[in-house]
Amino acid sequence: MRLDLISELCKFYGEPFVIVGIPKEIAANEKRVSCTPNEVNRIMGLGYGVLVEAGAGVSAGFADQEYADAGAEVGLDAASLWDHSDIVCKIRPPEPHPEMGCHESTLIRDSRMLISVYEPALREQMTTQIAEAGGTVLALDAIPRISRAQKMDVLSSMANIAGYRAVLEAGNHFRRFFMGQITAAGKIAPAKVLVIGAGVAGLSAIGTAVSLGAIVRAFDTRPEVKDQIESMNAEFLDLDFEEEGEGAGGYARVMSEAFIEAEMALFAEQAKDVDIIITTALIPGRPAPKLITTEMVRSMRPGSVIVDLAAEQGGNCELTAPNEAVDDHGVTIIGYTDLTSRMAHQASVLFAANIFHLISDLTPEKDGNLALDIEDDIVRGSTVVRQGEVLWPPPPVQPSVAPPKSIPESTASEPVAEAAPRNRAVSTLIGMGVAGILLIAMGSVAPASFMMHFTVFVLACFVGWQVIWNVTPALHTPLMSVTNAISGIILIGAMLQIDASSQLAVWLAIIAVTIASINVAGGFLVTQRMLKMFRKE
Amino acid sequence: MEISAYQGAITGAYIIASILFILSLGGLSHQESARRGNIFGMAGMAIAIVATAFHESIESYVYILIPMLLGGAVGAWRASRVQMTQMPELVALLHSFVGLAAVLVGFSSYLGSEGLYSGAEKVVHEAEIYLGILIGAVTFTGSVIAFGKLNGFITSKPMIFPGRHLVNLAGLLICIWYGYDFIQAADIPHGMIALTVMTVIALLFGVHMVMAIGGADMPVVISMLNSYSGWAAAATGFMLSNDLLIVTGALVGSSGAILSYIMCRAMNRKFVSVIMGGFGGQSRSSGAGQTEQGTAVEISQDECGAVLNNIGSLVIVPGYGMAVAHAQHAVYELTRKLREKGVNVRFAIHPVAGRMPGHMNVLLAEARVPYDIVLEMDEIQEDLSDTDMVMVIGANDIVNPSAIDDPEGPIAGMPVIEAWNAREVIVLKRSMASGYAGIENPLFFKPNTKMLFGDARDSIEGLIAHLI
Repeated sequence: MRLDLISELCKFYGEPFVIVGIPKEIAANEKRVSCTPNEVNRIMGLGYGVLVEAGAGVSAGFADQEYADAGAEVGLDAASLWDHSDIVCKIRPPEPHPEMGCHESTLIRDSRMLISVYEPALREQMTTQIAEAGGTVLALDAIPRISRAQKMDVLSSMANIAGYRAVLEAGNHFRRFFMGQITAAGKIAPAKVLVIGAGVAGLSAIGTAVSLGAIVRAFDTRPEVKDQIESMNAEFLDLDFEEEGEGAGGYARVMSEAFIEAEMALFAEQAKDVDIIITTALIPGRPAPKLITTEMVRSMRPGSVIVDLAAEQGGNCELTAPNEAVDDHGVTIIGYTDLTSRMAHQASVLFAANIFHLISDLTPEKDGNLALDIEDDIVRGSTVVRQGEVLWPPPPVQPSVAPPKSIPESTASEPVAEAAPRNRAVSTLIGMGVAGILLIAMGSVAPASFMMHFTVFVLACFVGWQVIWNVTPALHTPLMSVTNAISGIILIGAMLQIDASSQLAVWLAIIAVTIASINVAGGFLVTQRMLKMFRKE
Repeated sequence: MEISAYQGAITGAYIIASILFILSLGGLSHQESARRGNIFGMAGMAIAIVATAFHESIESYVYILIPMLLGGAVGAWRASRVQMTQMPELVALLHSFVGLAAVLVGFSSYLGSEGLYSGAEKVVHEAEIYLGILIGAVTFTGSVIAFGKLNGFITSKPMIFPGRHLVNLAGLLICIWYGYDFIQAADIPHGMIALTVMTVIALLFGVHMVMAIGGADMPVVISMLNSYSGWAAAATGFMLSNDLLIVTGALVGSSGAILSYIMCRAMNRKFVSVIMGGFGGQSRSSGAGQTEQGTAVEISQDECGAVLNNIGSLVIVPGYGMAVAHAQHAVYELTRKLREKGVNVRFAIHPVAGRMPGHMNVLLAEARVPYDIVLEMDEIQEDLSDTDMVMVIGANDIVNPSAIDDPEGPIAGMPVIEAWNAREVIVLKRSMASGYAGIENPLFFKPNTKMLFGDARDSIEGLIAHLI
């Protein structure tokens, strides 16, 4: 039951054609679109046909004509788009469709594939139902966070935008400058911004606020993000409390009570001082932790702003109202959950690029045939259902880069960790002891003159050891040629033999002088030639 | 030996020379001070030679001056002619000279030692001669073979003889046996037999050892031979009771040892396993999890030139292929043009890029690339993810992601330049052949990698023509 255009396409290309469909998002306030004209073009370059629902990109600033120019078939209504697409790319998880009068999940059947954010943990029933209908679901939010998959990571793309937008929203409600200035009319103090949670969104907010000229402080339970925060010219607020906050996959985890107490004290103290608080604290699969109490809000100066990026998960601030900007004692608390949709164009561009990278990875032959290689970590992680077979949850994936430091699980394992250096120290001591005994033994039998030379030898080795470690790696070749030259010092050894008693010895010495002279002259000159070439700007 | 009036002065001069040599090596810690350091080295050498000439045992100055001038002239001629791409060969050759000189001086010293020593002193002196010749002989033939391998006279593939470890062990035992025989020898002709047999075995051992080591390990071999040449000089110093030789030999020996250690660490290889040889050359099947090979995407010079016109930052990763193609001047030309356009061009140098430590730095310096944009791997690694393009020129194993991704692979754990983190990677290569380690490079199949096939110099000159 395909439309005429499909059969035409098939005729044109002479083979069955896999169709990617781009529907219009149906959620309220959702302005983004899953694919832009530019990416449509690139997806077609992989050998796919693309259908775009009428008006799909209008709210994000992409007219139907642009999609048509990129090569897509446009102007379809939702029903025929779903009907003719083999792969449907959406942003939001399936929802009841207002125009078609059915739930989108019922349309994912008979080998049709959905690529979207899916939140599989919240949708077990829907997953079973799709599996029974023989559909396939790739959850963009379940792609493992390995370095190879960064280019398809929609969560990072969207978090980046949310963090940026959060600062702009704050600025919109904030009545002062971000940047401090000394003007003829007087001094303007810079705004102080506190960012809680330095994930992608938090770092993006930090970067934006810093570039606007604010004084930015940031807090995170994971001490290892300190360097990232400081690299962006923000101040990392230290808690002076030993507890590692990194859970699986680079996300934060639940902290101990004592830690939370210390953390809250820090926030209470900061609330009195800062003008803007941006909270981004989320723990996967749990409601957002309440970090900013009503009391803290009321301790802030009037005119201050709080932007709560965790509003959708219940909010980090007690007073947050989702999708609203509320005023409490002069402090504005922004709980918008559609920050990415408020930058629909930019968000769509990044989302579409992520989608393209995923499809491109799944189409290794660039022949328009999507291959779900279940051995691939990315495919394994993101495939929730494959043609009726439920594959979720996937086995855990080890991140390929920078495995987290192994943390002693309990106090019992600590002595083991300490034992290693102690063992090394013991073996070093034993080695030194043995060497010492050998030296003493040697000294007691060897002639005194030998021991004198040996002293010189050992000291020279140590000097060489100290000096050579300082040589810059760029000069390792000159180092070798200069050592070539100075090891030509063997020349003087040959010179000392030149008047030896045996005729043969003299001749050997003459040859040795010749050869060693080649080394001395050649080594020094070639070193000089090389060193002359090293120049600075 | 009686003490002459000059002896004290000579010792003083030797101390000055030793200090100058140390300063010479110390000067190499910065490019700015390096040239001054080299001059210190020359001064030290001149002082040492002149001081030695005053030694009371030396009378036949003609026998010294003529060979010295001859050798000096040959050395100067080679030094002024050698191309920078051939530095590894030159260095290997110079190592072999030190080894040979040590052997000759050892024999000469033995032949001339009749009746000079007795008792424990004689035993120690002869042991020193024996050891000095042994190290010298291994250094000599080892370096000659390394020279041949670098020059292409001898295949760079490892040559493995069956039971080679047993052969080496047998050689070692024979050397020890003859060492005992040598020290017990009643007179010089008798001793000469033992000494000659040992020398032949040591020479063969040098050949055997380096023949078994593959091209990928050349930087380690060169550093190791550098170290041996130092120890040979130090041993000669012991046999002649000359502290300057001992000091200098120890300096050179420890320098080479540190370089070998740095090179081994850069390849994540154990020194012993390098010496055992056999690495590189054979095509190995890679470990599990390494099945996802795709197709490498080729890019033309036009397309690549167009991309170059639109980047803001470029990191160039050179390898031995750049040296082979003599492409360093073209690379600098490209760098200069791009920098004029405001592109941030930098170089990332892997410690074992090329055939000897620091080889790439010397080539780039020759092409007048300023050294402040030539960075070490560790200095630039973190910036790669913010880089628009990485251009890999004739390098392979040092940018191989399987060092990180494939724990079973032969280069697992070797630190590599993570080129694939950049937005785009262009690999300039002659063909799809694998590197020294003989393993596939998954970098070539990454979606952000494009291959530009052809001779590196031609390709880069083509790219320069496409810059606007």
